[in-house]
Amino acid sequence: MEKDPKNIIEEVTQSEYKYGFFTDIEMDTAPKGLNEDIIRFISLKKNEPEWLLEFRLDAYHKWTQMTEPTWAHLHHPPIDYQNIIFYAAPKGTKELTDLKQVDPELLATFNKLGISLEEQKRLSGVAVDAVIDSVSVKTTFSATLEKQGILFCSFSEAVQKYPDLVRQYLGSVVPSNDNFFAALNSAVFTDGSFCYIPKGVRCPIELSTYFRINAANTGQFERTLIIGDEGSYVSYMEGCTAPMRDENQLHAAIVEIIALKDAEVKYSTVQNWYPGNKKGEGGIYNFVTKRGICKGNNSKISWTQVETGSAITWKYPSVVLMGDNTVGEFYSVAVTNNYQQADTGSKMIHLGKNTHSTIISKGISAGHSNNSYRGLVKMTKRAENGRNYSQCDSLLLGDQCGAHTWPYIKAENKSSVIEHEATTSKISDDQLFYCNQRGISTENAIGLIVNGYAREVLKKLPMEFAVEAQKLLSISLEGTVG
Amino acid sequence: MLSIKNLRASINKKEILKGVNLEVNPGEVHAIMGPNGTGKSTLASIIAGRDVYTVDEGEIIFNGKNLLGMSVNDRACEGIFLGFQYPVEIPGVSMTNFMRTAINEQRKYRGLDPMPANEFLAKMEEKKRVLEIQAKTANRSVNEGFSGGEKKKNEIFQMAMLEPSLAILDETDSGLDIDALKIVANGVNRLRRPDNAFIVITHYQRLLDYIVPDIVHVLYDGKIVRSGGKELAIELEEKGYEWIKAGLV
Repeated sequence: MEKDPKNIIEEVTQSEYKYGFFTDIEMDTAPKGLNEDIIRFISLKKNEPEWLLEFRLDAYHKWTQMTEPTWAHLHHPPIDYQNIIFYAAPKGTKELTDLKQVDPELLATFNKLGISLEEQKRLSGVAVDAVIDSVSVKTTFSATLEKQGILFCSFSEAVQKYPDLVRQYLGSVVPSNDNFFAALNSAVFTDGSFCYIPKGVRCPIELSTYFRINAANTGQFERTLIIGDEGSYVSYMEGCTAPMRDENQLHAAIVEIIALKDAEVKYSTVQNWYPGNKKGEGGIYNFVTKRGICKGNNSKISWTQVETGSAITWKYPSVVLMGDNTVGEFYSVAVTNNYQQADTGSKMIHLGKNTHSTIISKGISAGHSNNSYRGLVKMTKRAENGRNYSQCDSLLLGDQCGAHTWPYIKAENKSSVIEHEATTSKISDDQLFYCNQRGISTENAIGLIVNGYAREVLKKLPMEFAVEAQKLLSISLEGTVG
Repeated sequence: MLSIKNLRASINKKEILKGVNLEVNPGEVHAIMGPNGTGKSTLASIIAGRDVYTVDEGEIIFNGKNLLGMSVNDRACEGIFLGFQYPVEIPGVSMTNFMRTAINEQRKYRGLDPMPANEFLAKMEEKKRVLEIQAKTANRSVNEGFSGGEKKKNEIFQMAMLEPSLAILDETDSGLDIDALKIVANGVNRLRRPDNAFIVITHYQRLLDYIVPDIVHVLYDGKIVRSGGKELAIELEEKGYEWIKAGLV
């Protein structure tokens, strides 16, 4: 017998009381602020199992005991956590009907990046023709993946479909109490990607969030979990070059990667969140904890990132080299312009024998921005024959910006070899004059030189990303003449 | 083609050029000689448009257009090329990428479409052959790790690719051994046409044995004090700059 709708509401609202909170489950948006009620609300809305709710609540309690880290070279007004909405249901209907309704400046950037009209509509929230909003495209890819036993879906979906896998690995790389923002994310995470590559499988396509079915507007507290089983390979791309706007200013994401024996995981990011206006107003705060563990012998994890957006960036994609003969890599280009601030780098923790890590960080500062590299290379006592090569370069455009470096090296094993190189440079007037004299405008010259400077990192990106990233670099530095 | 009248210029309030007059017509090769510090490179930089110098008086007209007030890259697109005395390095930017960007920007200025890739690559190959430049140079970053001689050859290579109307070569011969000198001179000579012109700045007569000038000027103390045919260079070599100085007293 079908349940009377009134009864269903009664049941649900009664169960709310059972848990002891009062938020109306019918609401699409939670009230502002963070407390246990809100967490239960989120978990219930997402229909999560008990163990996950416990995970969230545990993290929340840890969070209440922690304070925001202040050691980074970042300055921002205090964040009022009680003034944030921690849950908003994904918008089902698109509000805009025509690209003409979108901010013209945003459209201009889309055009400069060479983004197709259909993609522009999708990114701006304009309704896309039913034919193009290709469930068909996505299902084709899903079919390819399914054939090989590759699991790739949203995190929320994974909780429903593959709870055991999620439970086994969630928090195993970034525990909830790792840091303030990790605790926050673990309590209120919205959605993200889940990926599992079975033994011996080489994922045939670059995975990206674009192909995740039902990708909702979930950038705020993204949670991603990637597991590479023995002997597997996957390359995953996060983000896109298109400037992303979000009403929510605070972003605190977690990405966990586990690589078992002989597995390899490549994780590439292109991040261009709204950086604030030319006066430094507005802009996204991006506090991210990304970590991979090379759990099995001979495994490898590479992080490649191009960061040009956000008002504030705080992230240190890291690798724990637990197994023997494991490899960790970090390639980064971080651009700051106007009043942006970035404190970013990597941590390579060498535990196993014969481990190898590489850090190549290229910072580009312009305008009144501040760009800091912060890195840790740690060779523990057991880490025999560990090798690290770190290179951190800073390029300064103009004389109002700053570049800073905080390298930490902890060598606890006599057989380890750690190399660190750093350079600081400017684009000289002579170089610009040389380019000008060949007919190249100053703007294009800066683009050429900056891309040349970043080339070592850009060539690590999957090809589609690399081409977009080059254009993005040039655009992010517009207006920084001389 | 190029008409410089009464050019006075200074840097940091110090006057370097004190009234230079120069006329260059299509098809001509002019040599400018003179002791160190008299303003030869300054003149070259100012024609190219380097903004560290202030033009206090005078005019520079190129093909009927007033160069003063025109940006450096616009002047380049109009057809002016400067072979630098000390070419800078641009790490990370390959010669191929650099040249293609330059050629296409100049073409855009003139209302042309970008050069098709195969045409561009064929041209690169041809010019490399003429100047006896190793194949792998194209993938190296612009001038990075190049020896002095290689840098100078690279300037002529770029000139060959860009085909300017007016090429100003600033001490192209310094740092070149005799073989490299012959190759560079050969490269320049092959580019000589009735519709383009060259200004060759040099200390030494030797280069002018290979790039034979139509007119030789002596720049001394910020002014062109003597002009003559190619014999003037030989006389200068024999008698030295003291002879010029003496003639001015």
